Amino acid sequence: MSKKAKKIALLGVLTSVALVLSYLESVLPPIWAAVPGIKVGLPNVVIIFLLYKFGVKEAAIVSFIRLFIVALLFGNVMTLAYSFAGALLSIVLMAICKKIKVFSVVGTSIVGGVAHNLGQILVAIFLFDTVQIGYYMIVLAITGTIAGVFIGLAGALLLKRLNKKSKE
Amino acid sequence: MKKSDKSAFSKNKIRNDIILAAVILIIAVAGLLFVKLTKTQGNTVVVKIDGVKAVEYSLEEDVRYEIKTGKNNEDINVLVIKDGKASITEADCPDGICKDYRPISYVGETIVCLPHKVVVEITGDATDISLDAVV
Repeated sequence: MSKKAKKIALLGVLTSVALVLSYLESVLPPIWAAVPGIKVGLPNVVIIFLLYKFGVKEAAIVSFIRLFIVALLFGNVMTLAYSFAGALLSIVLMAICKKIKVFSVVGTSIVGGVAHNLGQILVAIFLFDTVQIGYYMIVLAITGTIAGVFIGLAGALLLKRLNKKSKE
Repeated sequence: MKKSDKSAFSKNKIRNDIILAAVILIIAVAGLLFVKLTKTQGNTVVVKIDGVKAVEYSLEEDVRYEIKTGKNNEDINVLVIKDGKASITEADCPDGICKDYRPISYVGETIVCLPHKVVVEITGDATDISLDAVV
């Protein structure tokens, strides 16, 4: 199999992995009842893996295909605007983090988690014309950081294991 | 690849990770404290649809109101005001997150239904806020 075909197949598989993780996340019970709608961001494990294993382009492609399919399957067009803004801000800031080499995978994941929330909140403030929604950002910054640590550790573990395997 | 692998988890980077997490958490906790300390009991519930004020109620009277949105008013969120607190008890939006919010009563608190573009917000008129602050 040519290298290109192999890569396309891998990206396809990883896109479906991200989709399954999105679905899993949507059926899990809420983690913290006080703040509805909070998610751990499981699909970000795949995005971080792609970002470090391949690059920004591959990570962005899988990220956007995932959220488009998620909107078609489980959500509606309205929610696409929020998820798109979140994913875009997240991937841009994570790419910068990777480039400046100041943080490890975990730090990049924290930035990605918080940025995802920030992007969505900014769109909500803009669409609803209600600054009050910004209050949620405070809580989301905390949960985004905690989730980011775990997602980052999972991503780092995945990178380590798969690198070992490909060398064997 | 091997070289970058080694530097991927250098001590410096892990230290920077911890600093990053700490800075975010400290700022957020300070923000939470600020909001907690400055929050005041509201007296009015404002319903906004697509950013436009649709209706408002006093928190003091018990109300059950169907917020109708969508092209043919086919989307519904049910706003209930009871015991001085507002909540959404029923909704036919795809995620139903608005129903999970705890009842709200403090100025600035909101319940948001993203799919229906509905915001329920608590406000208090200016004189009441200053009264509360004095008391």
